[in-house]
Amino acid sequence: MTTPLQRAFQQLRQTGRKGVIPYITAGDPDLATTHALLVAMARGGATAIELGVPFSDPAADGPVIQRACERALAQGVKLNDVIDVARSAARQSGVPIVLFSYLNPLLRHGLEKLAEDCAAAGLAGVLVTDLPAEAARGFSQALQRRSLDLVSLVAPTSTEARIAQIAESATGFLYAISVTGVTGARQQLSADAGELLARIRRVTPLPVAVGFGISGPQQARAAWAQGADAVIVGSAFVRKIQEHGSQAPAEVESFVRELVAAQEVEA
Amino acid sequence: MNDHALLESLLDTSGDGYFGPFGGRFVAETLVAPLQELTAAFATAQRDENFQRELAGLLADFSGRPTPLYFAERLTEYAGGARIYLKREDLSHTGSHKINNALGQVLLARRMGKHRIIAETGAGQHGVATATVCARFGLECIVYMGAEDMQRQALNVFRMRLMGAEVRAVEAGSRTLKDAINEAMRDWVTNVRDTYYLLGSALGPHPYPTMVRQFQRIIGDEARAQFLKREMKLPAAVVACVGGGSNAIGAFTAFLADKDVRLIGVEAGGRGESLGEHAARFHGGVPGVLQGTYSYVLQDEDGQIAPTHSVSAGLDYASVGPEHAFLRQQGRAEYVSATDTEALEAFDLLSLREGIIPALESSHAVAHAVKLAREMGVGKLMIVNLSGRGDKDVDTVAGLKKGGAQ
Repeated sequence: MTTPLQRAFQQLRQTGRKGVIPYITAGDPDLATTHALLVAMARGGATAIELGVPFSDPAADGPVIQRACERALAQGVKLNDVIDVARSAARQSGVPIVLFSYLNPLLRHGLEKLAEDCAAAGLAGVLVTDLPAEAARGFSQALQRRSLDLVSLVAPTSTEARIAQIAESATGFLYAISVTGVTGARQQLSADAGELLARIRRVTPLPVAVGFGISGPQQARAAWAQGADAVIVGSAFVRKIQEHGSQAPAEVESFVRELVAAQEVEA
Repeated sequence: MNDHALLESLLDTSGDGYFGPFGGRFVAETLVAPLQELTAAFATAQRDENFQRELAGLLADFSGRPTPLYFAERLTEYAGGARIYLKREDLSHTGSHKINNALGQVLLARRMGKHRIIAETGAGQHGVATATVCARFGLECIVYMGAEDMQRQALNVFRMRLMGAEVRAVEAGSRTLKDAINEAMRDWVTNVRDTYYLLGSALGPHPYPTMVRQFQRIIGDEARAQFLKREMKLPAAVVACVGGGSNAIGAFTAFLADKDVRLIGVEAGGRGESLGEHAARFHGGVPGVLQGTYSYVLQDEDGQIAPTHSVSAGLDYASVGPEHAFLRQQGRAEYVSATDTEALEAFDLLSLREGIIPALESSHAVAHAVKLAREMGVGKLMIVNLSGRGDKDVDTVAGLKKGGAQ
């Protein structure tokens, strides 16, 4: 059975387009704005959206997303609220939404229940930052039974054997971490990114989205040129939300448009 | 599949690094291969006689091992029950058991060709031990420490800087040990190719809980032999404080097969029983994943990590080493708690009656030991692991006494 993420990437490839996947933290600055942001990003042309579940100890994130988590938690945002806002935005916009989370809040919710709730809410998949492939099998199957994807990550430190192993059990798309480090905007696409993309391409035809450190059109073009099907942009969006607060939806919509349009420009 | 079965599949307990269902390696993909490399390097080092000889030499000549097993005569008299022996880790170089692990891991880092060492610290004892071994081997050393802990452990901050370490204040979250570990993990994931993360307790992702236990088990190995020589039998109980749990697992390991020896871990009871007022993970925590390992975690109903409190920075942590969770599940070890007040009383008591100023962390073990000695009664024997000395805590205690008198 084809999943919403598989369909989204198939469509990209069939039309010869490259994708843009924004990340935002749910509940930053508040849930009503999150809903408006999701709909606006879909309107701007996002291929899919990663919706972050705020966590008290985001050890894989840089300062921008750490602060976003703090702001969301200060609002008392809960996992159920995140699923609810995803449900309403997915229904309104049709965009595939991927829940992006650390493991502990999901464990507390119950993984089987989470898979059930995500399916019922019309989510497209789940990404868990601190759940490596060897521990993920059962959860991945629980999601697949409901036509949802567990997005797998590969990193510059992943060995050839690991990349092959991860690709074999991955569904939807592979998330290539472009640089060793935490999330956060960087000036240039790292040299690691091209090398990692080449290594991934040698072992799998799966769609690949590159993330970590991509903050603007120039880096997006560089990632696409190196073979990425899509780019994931997080901290740059979160910073815009921080700057513009409840006025942010219009800003992020035009930022998504700008990123999508970057593929029309000659590099 | 029901949720229990799903959890079972998540916890691949057939793999290395699990203690029953607890432990594992729940980290970002970027750290998986480096942790595999570390696991392999540690396994090779353990089998290497040269490595073991070099470590044994440093433990003896640099750190002053073996540490004494000391009969606390006047503490025993005060308690009026079982005879209390103290394993004097406070007499180790740098003032706590932390040097055992720091020496082991720094040798490993050198073998792996890493020249930049990072560490986290709560009470500062692990930071001092790491700064010490880095000075000894001429390695760059960066220590992450919660801003709150830097304030209450100012002496240790000075010591680390004196030995050339850079101490970086962590302002995030509760500004204590947990936040320092987050920041150290962020540094490690960024600089993983040339950096060695010298984690200080028996927690975090595999291989740390196993590796730290192996480097700390010398405490119990020595104590058991010393005790047998002196008393011609085994103690009825071994008592140790449990933050992450490295001194406790170090003291317990040699006695695991001695089924008649009770193993008792003492957590920080803080200033109250509600969430946020203590660090007693086994009395209010539920299993979950924090900082790479599946163990008991103090958390709210939504899986957010709860704030903790303890008068001692070294016990002020929301999770606990996974092997302790397993020993408790197996019924092999028991876990109790001592409050801030009880620990402070024990701090005074040991100072007054034995002329030994204990670390506030170790004071928790002493507090419970006095109670336990009374319960057990005359004729019984016990060992308390005195994990560190209290020089670092005199400012905190003086401040509390002054505050209390006002």
